[in-house]
Amino acid sequence: MFISELSLVNFKNINQAEFSFSPSVNCFLGNNGQGKTNLLDAIYYLSYTKSFFNSIDSQNVNFNENFFVIQGKIEENDSIFDLYCGMKKAEKKVFRKNKKVYKKLADHIGVFPVVMITPYDINLILEGSDTRRKFLDGLISQFNKQYLADLLSYNKLLKQRNAMLKDMRFQKSYDLLEVYEASMDEKARLIHKVRKDFIEEFTPLFNQFYRDISSNLEHVDLLYDTDLNDHTLSELFQLNRSKDEKLGYTSAGIHREDLVFSIEGNPIKKFGSQGQQKTYLIALKLAKYEFIRQQKKVSPVLLLDDIFDKLDDNRVGYILDLISLNKVGQCFITDTSTTKVPSVLSDFNVSFNQFEIISGTVKS
Amino acid sequence: MDFKSKLLNDAVEQMSILPGIGKRTALRLVLHLLDQKNEDVIKFSNAFIKLKEHLNFCEECFHITENIKCDICSNSSRNEEVVCVVQDIRDLLAIETTEQFYGRYHVLGGIISPMEGIGPNDLNIKALEDRLKTNKIKELILALPATMEGDTTNFYLFRKLQDYNIKFTMISRGIGIGNQLEYIDEITLGKSLLDRTEYKSNYQH
Repeated sequence: MFISELSLVNFKNINQAEFSFSPSVNCFLGNNGQGKTNLLDAIYYLSYTKSFFNSIDSQNVNFNENFFVIQGKIEENDSIFDLYCGMKKAEKKVFRKNKKVYKKLADHIGVFPVVMITPYDINLILEGSDTRRKFLDGLISQFNKQYLADLLSYNKLLKQRNAMLKDMRFQKSYDLLEVYEASMDEKARLIHKVRKDFIEEFTPLFNQFYRDISSNLEHVDLLYDTDLNDHTLSELFQLNRSKDEKLGYTSAGIHREDLVFSIEGNPIKKFGSQGQQKTYLIALKLAKYEFIRQQKKVSPVLLLDDIFDKLDDNRVGYILDLISLNKVGQCFITDTSTTKVPSVLSDFNVSFNQFEIISGTVKS
Repeated sequence: MDFKSKLLNDAVEQMSILPGIGKRTALRLVLHLLDQKNEDVIKFSNAFIKLKEHLNFCEECFHITENIKCDICSNSSRNEEVVCVVQDIRDLLAIETTEQFYGRYHVLGGIISPMEGIGPNDLNIKALEDRLKTNKIKELILALPATMEGDTTNFYLFRKLQDYNIKFTMISRGIGIGNQLEYIDEITLGKSLLDRTEYKSNYQH
């Protein structure tokens, strides 16, 4: 699946622009702050109906304007469809596929799959466990609507349980507390099983990519950190009852689980070099790419934002190999040098379209 | 907002206590009343005073009544063995309009939601238990909203009252009549498959 045409109006720093893309490699080249990443974000918008970087739609409108429009033409084998995303300040965002408006934006997720690899992925390592849970939950719920529904119910129940723990009036109302706990336990079993199965399927993909990119030099792990392998959630609630009552919130459960990223048995956050961390994240995202490809039986579009920064030549070479050997479908690459990426791509005999971006306008 | 008159200020203040009424709407309504004839405004306000003075809640089921027991509880032709548990009077009236139910009711007066400060003790659950102790009730129909709060309240009631020798049933949830399957969300459709019922010939709505 690939995007053949893109047109933008008033999206971030781009007033107006139109593109025709190659089904294989496209490069956006230019200095800092010219709008390269904004172009990737526009494509991301067409996939996820929102920005990768800024979830407040109105802040993605050009400063001097009050609306933006992103339109794209998506092709896959013989079928072609148009996507439209329009946002007018103080109005609801409109998202259309072939001129038909989506009632629920969530229905679009997965129709035009895209995977973005960006320097901001480092947040997955540096930030708290909720960032990693979002990564996990976002990927699983693309393919499992029941999982998402269970997760939402669990979170609602959790809020009610926490409200009880905070409110003096509900002290010692164990009969009601147990009702919430039993309901949460039921949801937790389902969520835990899905997460566990997912990790089992996902980890081999991840390990393979990491080995390939790093030429098998380092050993890394991706582990699912959970207390629910050995205990049921009800048991954990029992164990932590008095602690939870003191804290005024729920200290164990699905909402505290994490993914542990480690290198040679140590946390990569503290013991990995910048390059190793970057490699880890690229492997993670490529595994996501591969997972979506296997599930959907279609190659997502790959958005590579400034990834050749901080990687050694071997690792850059591996990624370009993937591209040149047609292991990935359409991909978009941004870089600040107008010569580096084109010359490397030529060395690998990869044909590509090149766009020079200067303050929001395009020279192709 | 200051309206330069204490009387006007007070009236607007009182009007804006009503749910969904802000200061501006309140002002519009108050000024409208000011334009009406004296006797019309007296008639208007008397209606509420009388309502409050003469309308009570049924001692049995907490439905509204002008007596001690409501029309439904005092109607001997209605089956006292089946009691339908509802959130509030609006839901009771909705079920009454179906003309499909000939039992009695129990109005809880809300559903459990600690986030909004509503616990079991704020609802008419104790009174429901007292009714069960009379041993007249054989079936409780749980007809609470199909939300998480509704489910929690159902679950709480079941756990609390399961030792009484009664049957618990719940109104079914699934496909609305006249709906096309393709437009139904996956969760509802999935649930309706799990809870499918045996087909009876001559099946009618």
